[in-house]
Order: sequence, then structure tokens, then C-alpha cells
Amino acid sequence: MTKPGNVARTVMLDGLQELIDALLGRGYTVFGPTVVDGVIDYRPITSVTQLPQGWGDVQDNASYRLRRRDDDAVFAFACGAQSAKPVLFPADELLWRARLGGAEPEIERAVDDKPAPPYAFLGLRSCDLAAIGIHDRVLSSRQFGDTHYALRREDTLIVAVTCTDPAGTCFCVSMDTGPVPRSGFDLAVTELYADGPHRFVVEAGTPRGEELLDQVASTAASDEDLVAAERVGAEAAARMGRVLDGTNLKDLLYDNTESPVWDDVASRCLRCTNCTLVCPTCFCTSITDASDLTGTTAERHRVWDSCFSEEYSYIHGGAVRESGRSRYRQWMTHKLAAWHDQFGSSGCVGCGRCITWCPAAIDITAEVAELRRLAEQRQRPQEARP
Amino acid sequence: MTTDQTSAVQMTNDHKVGAQRKPTLAVWKFASCDGCQLTLLNCEDELLSIAGAVDIAYFPEATRAVAEGPYDVSLVEGSITTPHDAERIREVRAMSGTLVTIGACATAGGIQALRNLTDVYEFRSIVYAHPEYVQTLDRSTPIAAHVDVDLELRGCPIDKGQLLETLAALLAGRKPRIPTYSVCVECKKRNNVCVAVAHGTPCLGPVTQAGCGALCPSFSRGCYGCFGPQDSANLPAMTDRLRAQGMREPEVVRLYRTFNTGAEAFRAESARVATHPAAAHPAASTQTTRGSAEEAPA
Ligand code: SF4
Ligand code: SF4
Ligand code: SF4
Ligand code: SF4
Ligand code: SF4
Repeated sequence: MTKPGNVARTVMLDGLQELIDALLGRGYTVFGPTVVDGVIDYRPITSVTQLPQGWGDVQDNASYRLRRRDDDAVFAFACGAQSAKPVLFPADELLWRARLGGAEPEIERAVDDKPAPPYAFLGLRSCDLAAIGIHDRVLSSRQFGDTHYALRREDTLIVAVTCTDPAGTCFCVSMDTGPVPRSGFDLAVTELYADGPHRFVVEAGTPRGEELLDQVASTAASDEDLVAAERVGAEAAARMGRVLDGTNLKDLLYDNTESPVWDDVASRCLRCTNCTLVCPTCFCTSITDASDLTGTTAERHRVWDSCFSEEYSYIHGGAVRESGRSRYRQWMTHKLAAWHDQFGSSGCVGCGRCITWCPAAIDITAEVAELRRLAEQRQRPQEARP
Repeated sequence: MTTDQTSAVQMTNDHKVGAQRKPTLAVWKFASCDGCQLTLLNCEDELLSIAGAVDIAYFPEATRAVAEGPYDVSLVEGSITTPHDAERIREVRAMSGTLVTIGACATAGGIQALRNLTDVYEFRSIVYAHPEYVQTLDRSTPIAAHVDVDLELRGCPIDKGQLLETLAALLAGRKPRIPTYSVCVECKKRNNVCVAVAHGTPCLGPVTQAGCGALCPSFSRGCYGCFGPQDSANLPAMTDRLRAQGMREPEVVRLYRTFNTGAEAFRAESARVATHPAAAHPAASTQTTRGSAEEAPA
């Protein structure tokens, strides 16, 4: 994050409160990490005391547990239970409402009442930043953009943090998205808690971030702080819980649509959709219409959907993806192969949420490794022949 | 015999809002606890709208006034457990336009379908002084095992929102939005923390059909499956996960044998676990619970 020449500042915990106050003062709703119901997740906050100070997380297949840390770190956890997706791309979005009063129905478009307070995120991870970048491409920059997303996104301010303690399910290094935020933020923070006073090295990424930083008591970051910030990022990169080997990944998936791996994973998959709903890049939705009992009000909503549900692929005559096998294959092939053709990048940012929150303990990195192993096994005897 | 829920279920055109005659609604009870009918009575805020939109022509739980059939819509609560009821449901079907079954009893046989696993005649002789006066069938069966059903509302009890949605849809002549995916979808939409992953609490949400709004996980409890199996439930995989969470076979069997013990997916899996407690699940259960269409690659 802190390249030489950048104007980085060092801020104390009080300064973080000043930052929150400055954001609130400008009318932002500030989403920050906080402990809810046994996990760390983003919720509206107003005070640094709501940050998960002294809490870390332990994440593995189908398991998330909080753990007490032996320091006062506020950002020393891996990615939260959800990303920015539920805020920027809500699960249920009202598109328009029609009321039948007189002869003609009145149409109210939801975008006309623009979301009043703009959103600010404090403590977003670089994997989630990368996911927002993907959503920007997928949802805003196509011919028919998503107006609701674009409007909400336009005003959103992001204070990112460097991950200093990645979880067992993290693999952002494999996907080249982390653990150090590189772009897409207004401010980027690296927390230093191991030696010296508890402090934060903050760098601005945009003019409005710079202007905000001016409102906060800070000192110019010393060379030692810059080196320390660099070091915690590099150390985190060396402690990834998972690896996803990306070599020829697209071809691997396209060439193995009939691999026995799909049957094996289908026998374990519950078709519950959790993986897609926690994935920060999955964007599938369906449109539902509703009318009330009196028949005078009708609403159109856009709601989250998932390629793991049967109705998702329903066309006249039945569901196209009837089996669990074809649904898992769709998910993985879309994320890791077809996404490149569609949007010019991988659809996976390596946050590991689909691994942690899959109640069946299915691990996308392990399934890719198995797909590769079986494919190579099949190939080897052929290559050996003259 | 349930007709495809995806085909449009609706009233005939002249029964829609605006026509001279209000559509008539009847509510019937078979073997059940009345909880689902109470859900209708609990729609306090909406009762006036309902009364304004439909003629409640037959609803003994709520009113003594009875209007003669036929009825445009019949809501049927309860399962079939006696020869008399098996006859009566045919009469109800014959005088109903759209027939909607409500609740776990009507859609899967209810908790009383536990009798299907035992000898009910033996019970009868133990419980009653004069068992010869008690006419009962040896099995508790859902309404769809006897007559054509147009739409099923799951749950023990049903969800008020789903009931209102169904009535609103029938009035408007549109398809009701009754999703058949898992409870997990609603859980994530509510931004709940997953109790299975974060607390280690066993949860049947992944194999259970949505509709309740993920009620139990919203109160940090595991789902116990009162809405019955979702359209693509993979029960053997669920059993593996419950075992991994430390549940033993008898507990797993008990979990599947509650309000939806008679639902085919739960029935089959509980029987499998009960007979082969330690057996690993059959490989690659790729088939889902509904009829199949063409299989296409991703
Ligand atoms: S596929 Fe999994 S690891 Fe990749 S971005 Fe989605 S949730 Fe994260
Ligand atoms: S993986 Fe599935 S849910 Fe996610 S974006 Fe692709 S098709 Fe949609
Ligand atoms: S992979 Fe896991 S989270 Fe995804 S649908 Fe299957 S069981 Fe659910
Ligand atoms: S709490 Fe239960 S219903 Fe909710 S996501 Fe977890 S497994 Fe699914
Ligand atoms: S969470 Fe499960 S048990 Fe609870 S109300 Fe919903 S379907 Fe029934």
C-alpha cells in the first residue's frame, strides 16, 4: 500500500473515531465491522467502541468461530460473514410500485427517491474491494446498467484495511486480489498492533479521501511505520489458508464437463444456495411481481437468486439443471471460466466465504485440485504412448 | 396427485376483482390441530380486506353462517385418517374450483403420520375401551393422495404471508409466489448468521422448503423442517452433516420424523438411516425430487 512518495499519515484509535465522526457529519451511514450473533459482520456503527476490538476469527470448511485475541487490534480478523453485497446490491430491491386510484394507474419508480444517506464502509478487505470492482463492471458498465446499484455505488465511500490475520479459508493471493488493498478505495488503513503503540497507517486513494484525512488528527507516517505497514501485509500474504492453482484453469473446466468430480460433489451438495448468496461477486437475481388483496397496489421486486436452485433454470417443460451435478458444475464453471469470457476477469476473488459458509463443507479449492488431479491422471497414459 | 404448482392456478375470469359476484371461499378441516385455520384468523390487519374481497362462505371455525357450495376456493386443513374423511374430501373436491391444501397435515400427513410406521390397530385396542366403535385407517395420508390438489402451502403452521399472497394471487388471476427452494435462501436474504456454521447447531434449513422467512434461525435456533423437503433436497448429504456435527442415528431419525414424517424425502431417508445406521449414503444422489427435464451441460 505505502509506496515511497505517497503521503501516508499515522493515526491513533482516537483519530479513527474522528474519521467516523467526520463521515457521520457528512451524512454518511457508516458500515463497520462489529460482533453480531457470534460472527464479525458489517453493520451501521457510530463509534470505535463497536469495532471488534480484541476479537479474531477461526474459519474452516463449514465452520466459523470467534476467538479472543491477546491484543487490542480492531481489524485483525479476516473477511466478515458477508461482503458489501447486501448493502450495495440488496437481497430484495423494490423496482417500482403501481397504484390504482383513478382511471389510470400511478407508477412510482423506486430510483426517483434516491437512497437518502450515502453509504461509507469502514474496514473493507481487499478481496471485497475487488468484488465491488467486478460488480461495477457487471452491473454498471453494460449497455443496460443496473440503475439502482449504480446510484448507490456512485456515492459510496470506502475505507479499506490491509488484512493482517487471514483466515484458514482465505486465498486472495492465488486470485491476485489481496491481502493489501491496491485500488478502489478512498482511504486505505494498515493497523499496527504488534509492536509500539496501537496505530494506523492511512493512505488516501482519492481527493475526497485526502480531504477526509485532513479532518483527522494525524502525523506524517515515519519511515519505520511505512516499513512496518509493508511488512504486516507481506506477512499476511505468506499466511494464506488455501491455495487455488490457476494454471490453465479455464481450459481445465471447459475440457472436463463430464468429470466424475461433478458426481462426487453432487453427492455431498445440499443445493442450499449458501455459496452463491455469500459470494461477493454472484449477481444472479430474478424479478417477482406482487399485488395486494384489494388489487389496487402492485410491486415489482428484484430478488437474489442462485444457480443452485431448481427454479433458477426453469423454462417451459422443466428445469434445465435438474441434477445437483449440473448445478455445481454451472457454479464453478461460471466463476472460474465463463466469467473470463463474459467480463474479462475471474469471478472469484478468493475471499473463502463459499468454503466457510457451505453447510456441507464443500471447498472450491479442493474441488478444483481434484478436477485437475483426475484430468492429469487421464492424460498421462495417453502422453506416454509413442 | 398434486398438479404442477408452476402451472397457473387461478379463478375464472368472472370471479376476479371488479366482477359483480365476489368469489366464495370455504375452509375445511380434516385430521389436524386447527393451527393453520388460526393463521387465517390471525391476519387481523388484513381480515377486513379479505372479507371485502371474498365471500367467506364456509368456515365453521370462525362463523356459523353456511352458504351452499360450490365454492371458488377451498382451503383444506388436515390429513385423511378415517374412511369417512376419505369420502368427504371427494365431496369437497367436487364442489371446489381451486383447492389449496394448507399445512403439514394436509400436504404430508402431519405428525399423525407417525402411525404409518406402527400398527395403529394395536394402539386402538390399548387406548379405547371399545375399539370396535373407532373407525380409523391404518395410515394418515395427505389430501393429494386422494384428490387433485391445485396448490400446497407448507408449514406447521402455514405462514401468514404465504396465505395472503396466495389469496391475493388467486384474486388477481396470477401465479402465487410460493418458492420451493431451501430455507437457507430466506436466511441469507434476512442477513441471519448461519447457526449451523457459526454456532454448530444442527439445522435442517438446507433440505427444507422456504416459506417461513427462516423463522427459527432468526431466533438462533436450528430449523426442524416443518415446511417439509425443498424441491431438490439431498437428504443423505444432510444426514452426513448431522453426523459430522455429532448427532447419533436415533437423533437423526427423530429429526426427520416430526410434522413431515410422511413427506417422501424425509420418510425414505429416516427409513434408510433407521435400517442401516452406520452405512455411508448411496453415491452420487444426483436425482432431485421433482420430475426431470433435459439435462444440459453448464
Ligand atoms: S467463489 Fe468463493 S472464494 Fe471465490 S469470491 Fe466467491 S465466495 Fe469468495
Ligand atoms: S455462479 Fe451461479 S449464482 Fe453466481 S453469478 Fe454465476 S450463475 Fe449466478
Ligand atoms: S456447494 Fe455447499 S453452499 Fe453451495 S449449494 Fe452445495 S451445499 Fe450449499
Ligand atoms: S441457519 Fe440453517 S437455514 Fe440458515 S443458512 Fe444456516 S443452515 Fe441454512
Ligand atoms: S425454520 Fe424450519 S422449523 Fe422453523 S418455522 Fe421455518 S420451516 Fe419450520
